[in-house]
Amino acid sequence: MKKLVLALTGTALLVAAAVTYTVSARHNTAEAGPAAQLTLDAGQLLFRDTKTGHVASVPVGETQSKPQVSGLKCDRFAVAKQTAVCLAVKPGTLPAVTDVLVLDDHLAVRHTETLPGTPSRARVSPDGKRVYWTLFVTGDSYAETGFSTRAGVYEVDTGRLVKTIEELPVFVGGERYFAADANYWGITFAPDGNRFYATLGSKGKTYLVEGDYARYRGKTLRENVECPSLSPDATRIAFKKKVSEGVWRLSVLDLKTMKETELAETRSVDDQALWQDDHTVLYGLDNTVWAVPADGSGAPAKLAEDAASPAVTG
Amino acid sequence: MYIAASRTSDLAAGTDRKPALKRVSANVVALGMVSLVTDVSSEMVTAVLPLYLVLGLGLNPLQFGLLDGLYAGATAVVRVLGGHLADRWRRLKAVAGFGYGLSAVCKLGLVAAGSSVAAIGVVLAADRTGKGLRTGPRDALISLSSEPGTLGRSFGVHRALDTVGAFLGPLVAMAVLALSLGSYPSVFFTSFCIAAIAVLLLALFVKDHPGGVDRAAVSARAAFGLLKQSDFRRVTLWAALLGLVTVGDSFVYLLLQRKGEIAATYFPLLPLGTAGVYLVLAVPLGRLADRIGRWPVFLGGHVALCLALVLVCGPAYAALPVVVLGLHGVFYAATDGVLMAATGPLVPPDLRATGLAVVQTGQAVARMLSSVLFGLAWTLWDLRPAVLVAAVCLAAVALAAAFAKPVRP
Repeated sequence: MKKLVLALTGTALLVAAAVTYTVSARHNTAEAGPAAQLTLDAGQLLFRDTKTGHVASVPVGETQSKPQVSGLKCDRFAVAKQTAVCLAVKPGTLPAVTDVLVLDDHLAVRHTETLPGTPSRARVSPDGKRVYWTLFVTGDSYAETGFSTRAGVYEVDTGRLVKTIEELPVFVGGERYFAADANYWGITFAPDGNRFYATLGSKGKTYLVEGDYARYRGKTLRENVECPSLSPDATRIAFKKKVSEGVWRLSVLDLKTMKETELAETRSVDDQALWQDDHTVLYGLDNTVWAVPADGSGAPAKLAEDAASPAVTG
Repeated sequence: MYIAASRTSDLAAGTDRKPALKRVSANVVALGMVSLVTDVSSEMVTAVLPLYLVLGLGLNPLQFGLLDGLYAGATAVVRVLGGHLADRWRRLKAVAGFGYGLSAVCKLGLVAAGSSVAAIGVVLAADRTGKGLRTGPRDALISLSSEPGTLGRSFGVHRALDTVGAFLGPLVAMAVLALSLGSYPSVFFTSFCIAAIAVLLLALFVKDHPGGVDRAAVSARAAFGLLKQSDFRRVTLWAALLGLVTVGDSFVYLLLQRKGEIAATYFPLLPLGTAGVYLVLAVPLGRLADRIGRWPVFLGGHVALCLALVLVCGPAYAALPVVVLGLHGVFYAATDGVLMAATGPLVPPDLRATGLAVVQTGQAVARMLSSVLFGLAWTLWDLRPAVLVAAVCLAAVALAAAFAKPVRP
């Protein structure tokens, strides 16, 4: 009897502690101060504030100034022209489900797609007409990782959704390539809104795929290119090159000469790089946004702390 | 849910009218409850950990895979150590309690580790160590608290309760994430509180093995001497051999998904199908093992897995996932606890924890090896040939084991 009382009291106390902790965490998340109303006006560096998960903004010229924090909570964020995209995991969904929010120039939601998986990459095409992303989907692949990726596209004008581009007919060295384990990640579109690049992963290799969106065709250009990002002048691709398991070197590939240049960042970068302009590449590393020259010269410079998922308006 | 199921099965069998829970010792039920609550705690962390590491901390999935796989091997060694120390000090409950306590504290460690991947690695290693330490002494307590004739039923009851916890864990985690608006530390803290409840239950309601141990010292030599005993050695060897030709869970689920018809969203729910069948059949199959012999039921479980593999390679039809998951659940219900029930009587009471841990470790290491081999075969030969070869090997070893009969019923 005494034991029963002890057990019940102990259980009640521990349950109360758990509930108190959880509820107070809810309040901490909910109260984030007055939210700033952000727009996509030119000259801003927008990013995900890693402390709160909210989208924040600083002027491109003064990136160390105190950021304005919006009420928008995202895990990945990107902009181009008058369109922005926000990927946010729905709280309390297991297996995880992600909301893909297509936003206008006042960060108001224009459209929502809800897809299975957790956010990995997000981008908007230079013309602002296509939004694309990569999600991790649990358990699609076998063995060690247990993860696979799905890359999809949403056409802002027509409302057409391509949930995954993995059915893209792709040619390797002129031969049509078939594999059950094909995975795509890291899409990037050219300013014409038709040519695009992405990484195809299959049988332990990664390929850079160049695609024609209208004809819906793709061909591989090169091996060991992940998370491509096309420069504004559409001549070069910034990407992460695998050096060893789990270690990537940020590099730039010239599409005309097919020459690779390693950038000055020597630490491993696992991000889809972002071109601030034709000379500078931005990326997130250790909850900080960095900038490095795109020609291999110079040194990485810290742009903003407690920040990830950089996006530049212009 | 479980109690109702076991009662009806008892009535249906018609042999005894008392509910199953009353037919097993109070200590086994208490250990089952401790496992249930602990499993709620550990499964809620398991459910959110990939999300937390990949999304919260920005680890890439490959790093996560490495982190996860790294510690699976360590558990095996620690398990034998836990069993041996428990026997040596004759403190089964204390060593099991230390294991439960260590895992509980590790949940707080996850909160404290913050975003340091190295610290999380250390905490996860300690968590697995706790799990490894407690398994041997706990199963020894179950086996020593039961009549030798009803061991199958006892382990069945324990494993069924354990599985209920595994069901509830992810649900609790979802509830906490929803309530806290996606706060992972809240999940870890709640998991700690629940694990602490389990430790409290263990301390209050589980009795250490009563009765004096007949020999003075349980030396490391005596433990090794176990393997000289031919019955025990043969069970260990056959269990390991069967483990070597057993296709891992994740592969079975993947095979099912490749068969099509299952959306990625539902993929993580497949293990629940297996667990559901396991839950329902653990007690009936344990009782069957008590009646007709534990080795035949243990081998029967492997036959069920073999059938599942063959079916999954055949034509697809709507009910295929149900049939395959059903067989997979039968495999678990007929092997996991039943092997412990089969081994228990072969080991003298003063070495029980060590003996059970040795058998489990042999099986676990063999299964890990089999996963690597199967992964390799998959890459080299493609899926179908790899599965069919695995099924043929499994059938051959199971047949050989049936003739070898290492355990007399």
